Amino acid sequence: MSSEQTIDEKSSETVTNKPGVIKKDASALEPQFEKSIAEKVVSKFGTIVTVGFLKPNRIRINTKKENIVDVATFIRDELNFDHAESVTGVDYPKTKEIEVVYHLGSYTEPQLAKQILTLATRIQREDVPNPGNDNTRMPSLRDVFYSVEFHERECFEMLGVYFEGHPDNRRLLLPEDWADIPPFRKDFSIKGR
Amino acid sequence: MATSLPPGIQLEKADDRIMTLNVGPQHPGSGHMRLIIKVDGDYIVSCDPDPGYVHRGEEKMAEYRNYIQNIPHLERPVIHDSCNILYPYCLAVEDLLGIEVPERAKYIRVIASELNRSVYTLYWLAIYGIFLGHSTMFMWPAGDREFCIDLLEAMSGARVTHAYFVPGGVRNDVPANFEERCLRQINYFEKRLKEYEDIFYQNPVLKQRTEGTGVLSRMDAIRLGTTGSVLRSAGVDFDIRKKEPYDVYDNLDFQTQVLKEGDSYARSRVPYLDMLESCRIIKDALKKMPKSGSVRTKLKPNPKGGNDEAYRRVESGRGSLGMYVVSDGKPEPYRVKISVGSFRNLICMPYLLKGEKLGNMPAVYWSLNYWPVEADR
Repeated sequence: MSSEQTIDEKSSETVTNKPGVIKKDASALEPQFEKSIAEKVVSKFGTIVTVGFLKPNRIRINTKKENIVDVATFIRDELNFDHAESVTGVDYPKTKEIEVVYHLGSYTEPQLAKQILTLATRIQREDVPNPGNDNTRMPSLRDVFYSVEFHERECFEMLGVYFEGHPDNRRLLLPEDWADIPPFRKDFSIKGR
Repeated sequence: MATSLPPGIQLEKADDRIMTLNVGPQHPGSGHMRLIIKVDGDYIVSCDPDPGYVHRGEEKMAEYRNYIQNIPHLERPVIHDSCNILYPYCLAVEDLLGIEVPERAKYIRVIASELNRSVYTLYWLAIYGIFLGHSTMFMWPAGDREFCIDLLEAMSGARVTHAYFVPGGVRNDVPANFEERCLRQINYFEKRLKEYEDIFYQNPVLKQRTEGTGVLSRMDAIRLGTTGSVLRSAGVDFDIRKKEPYDVYDNLDFQTQVLKEGDSYARSRVPYLDMLESCRIIKDALKKMPKSGSVRTKLKPNPKGGNDEAYRRVESGRGSLGMYVVSDGKPEPYRVKISVGSFRNLICMPYLLKGEKLGNMPAVYWSLNYWPVEADR
């Protein structure tokens, strides 16, 4: 997600020979409200966090897994984001990482109703996964955002990310006797594709 | 003895008082998902939802197909609400590819998604009726659903799985004299909905069975991250159509329906009130829609996004439906995550059922507006 060169290449390629497609101005002014929220996080945590992007109504904050509980607690208590909409695991086998992405929203603060704060962290990925017993693990955010309970259970079975401190790490969607690698990893391929 | 078995296998008494019951996974009432319920006499002491029986790996499949090929299979989790599940996908892909949607297509999308909301809600209401033994409430919505299906069939050509929305607009324009026909049917449908109020929602038996059961407080609704009718019946004024208007919802005249009680009755009533609002939205959209113009921005074959991501959400029949699409510059998305209302509302099932009578279980369970196939994806 970090190579900015590719973004420019791709987006200019998308635009050139397509008449009906209008390019959105990439260098548009940064949305001010989103910027002020991101600045609050950055001024509190400094170099621990980096701002991934600021788009209208969307903020992305990247952090390390050691700090994610502190950052999430700050986001809940000081910024008033009160629930998680989804927890996604994205597998990056090339860099041997799995990215866990929390989409956080707010019901109580009317100003934030439009906003989705994306809190992301990257953790180590093992080539031969042993879910629950290898280094693919991170602290659970269940004590911060109660609503992540089932989402984290799904992420554990689908990508093999073990959430430390989660009270209930059983399978949710997969069968209890599933013996293959976690199916949403990139090296698990669909037959015939 | 029983403790070494996986949960839900124990059919015998775990001890003298507590007994484990399986509800599901076959269809009667549970809808291809299982509830592992422990009862003490007539009272539920714990409930452990066990979804996954209709897991189809939609998110995995999406990684192998390009942005256009993904349309027909992504609507499969809720075929009754297919426009609303494709809506966030199209919005997200439009964000990634930088596509503008023609004005007329935006209105057609709103009309189609509101019609589809009614189709879904009527189906849900029919099952709610039969759950509670109210067979008239099964027959009426199942019949009236045809009016909305007919309109959607005229728009898209298919009765249920429309695959009508595409990134860049809708697949085809509505037929001639559609507006007139739509208005006529919506007027009838609105009149008909008022009769539901008398026969179902004011029915003293229904009120006795659902009022005060499965009460979810406002704070719990927020803390558990519920969405849609579950959230709005607990007194939280949150509707994506109002709070983060997409396409032309900010031009249209409607209200968010909020109730305060948070019980099964309120939860079953909010979708009904939403249908009345849908009629208002459709009528307003028909009035404001441009009479002619393009309905689709053509894409070149195999469109590619940049190294980017998009998260877009809409208000579906079951609450906020979000699509998180990650692109790595290839024609296929790198990762698609569908964040569905059913899955988010599932978390409050153990809380609501604890301490309830077993006989109230169907009323509480189905009032959560839960669609098992969507929750499993």
